[in-house]
Amino acid sequence: MGAGHAHALYVHEHSPVHRLPPEVKVAAAFAFAAAVAVTPREQLWAFAVHAGTLAVTARVGRLRAGFVATRMLVVLPFIAFAFLIPFVASGDRVDVLGVAVSREGLWGAWNILVKALLGVTVSILLAATTPIPDILRGLERLRVPAPLTTIAMFMVRYLELVAAELGRTRTAMAARGYNPRWLWQSRPLATAAGAVFIRTYERGERVHAAMLSRGYRGAMPALGHPVARARDWRVGLVPAASAAVIATIALVAS
Amino acid sequence: MHAPDGFLNAGTAVATGAASAGAIGVALRQAREQLLDKQVPLAGLAAAFIFAAQMFNFPVAGGTTGHLIGGALAAVLLGPAVGALVVTVVVVVQALAFADGGLTALGYNVLNMAVVPAFGGYAAFVLLRRVLPRSRTGVTVATGVAAGLSVVLSAMAFSVQWLFGATAPVPFDTVFVAMVGVHTLIGIGEGVISALTVGAVLAARPDLVYGARDLEVDAPRRRIGTRGFVVAGLVVTLLVAMGVSQLAVDEPDGLERVAIDQGFEESARDHALDRSMFADYATAGVRNESVSLAVAGAAGVAVTLLVGTGLALAIRGRGRDERDAHRAPERTHA
Repeated sequence: MGAGHAHALYVHEHSPVHRLPPEVKVAAAFAFAAAVAVTPREQLWAFAVHAGTLAVTARVGRLRAGFVATRMLVVLPFIAFAFLIPFVASGDRVDVLGVAVSREGLWGAWNILVKALLGVTVSILLAATTPIPDILRGLERLRVPAPLTTIAMFMVRYLELVAAELGRTRTAMAARGYNPRWLWQSRPLATAAGAVFIRTYERGERVHAAMLSRGYRGAMPALGHPVARARDWRVGLVPAASAAVIATIALVAS
Repeated sequence: MHAPDGFLNAGTAVATGAASAGAIGVALRQAREQLLDKQVPLAGLAAAFIFAAQMFNFPVAGGTTGHLIGGALAAVLLGPAVGALVVTVVVVVQALAFADGGLTALGYNVLNMAVVPAFGGYAAFVLLRRVLPRSRTGVTVATGVAAGLSVVLSAMAFSVQWLFGATAPVPFDTVFVAMVGVHTLIGIGEGVISALTVGAVLAARPDLVYGARDLEVDAPRRRIGTRGFVVAGLVVTLLVAMGVSQLAVDEPDGLERVAIDQGFEESARDHALDRSMFADYATAGVRNESVSLAVAGAAGVAVTLLVGTGLALAIRGRGRDERDAHRAPERTHA
């Protein structure tokens, strides 16, 4: 431990985007992603405008382009699949650099590529400007059932602890010369995972008892961010609203 | 399996979103008593465990590693309803806070990674428990086979969604064969690791395994012989074969459509240009469809045999380890 709480993607900054109430940002992210998803793939200009809107939002949120770009690599495996599509898809063939590929497949690949990249950028902007507990608070205010958000809060709270415990177990095993290369050598690893599960479960029992003794009645008290006002909604939904307008125009135009 | 935005069309995203929301609603209702009784913090910590286990690599072959998906494992440890909720939470937080998986793809991601593996895997687990001996070994073997199957089920679910919501004209059978083939391999690892993990929990705290609540804690342990493995293997082979042949009977309509829509007009030139396996599957018409489905079926049977064999290899020498575990039962420090 002692590594502090590393938030996977959060960037500590003070910007208008950071200050927005989390429920506005979560709703805006979903709305933007939905607008991108319904934009017809042939309307190239619309995707350029979407990308521009995201770039401006990132700029207002004081995020560096390099930061966003490197975090986008998470969709790489799916993009690899997208690159395969033109070769495996059926339909008319067109020559690209001397190789015959499916025209429909090219459009399909472009569709997945651009929507996946824009979508992951939306997620990165949300996660980079909102700490994870705030995201969960936002979900709660958007009427996601309380058991789900509470489970998520405990998960986030204890995730690093459990991960570090598994990591230390693994280090201890490596220090004793355990270096598995094949699936059938993984029994000690799985045994360690089982032991960590038991410890985690028992920790959960202790945490629950400790919370009960401090007056826990099944819901966490609301702290932190004030609830969104009408002005927050108006400001926060500007990018999503622009994306919705663009998507509508693109749908009508196609 | 964390599909990004735009992978399937909007209608499929909405339909799978509705299906997932419905399934989560059912799970919430089923879990209500268990959550009151067993407490939400415990479910949260279990979610942290599943999340952490996904980051934990295990060896696959020759130094390459894979990681656990955990839907069936969660279902066996916590019950299908709480298990589905826990994995749903993991998937949603991964999408929102880790940018892993698209926001508009949450409908099918939750369905394929949480709902199908937890409920489907648990169903397979219960069926297997019926035919396997009522012992810890029986639970362990059932967990392994069910976890392996749950990954294949999840791949099948994705293929069916592709049939309805494809955003590119890659025929169903190409996607089905590729997805099921790859996930067969992943499923072997998933099965072995899930089984061994549950086995380890059973050895120390059998009361924590939801799927083994009917076992007597102090029941004398019998070593399972070849018979158990053969019975389990046969049953699963039958299940898989039946499932695949069912698809083969149901699908020709859809496949014929694809073939008629896309396949015929470009036949001769294509074959001359590209002879790769994929191109073959994609451009071939009706003639090849039964072949590729047969390949899928064979892959399914191969899964079964390999999971069984892998389990047999991994569990070998199990009796000795369990005696050791018994001698030192206090492995639960804070």
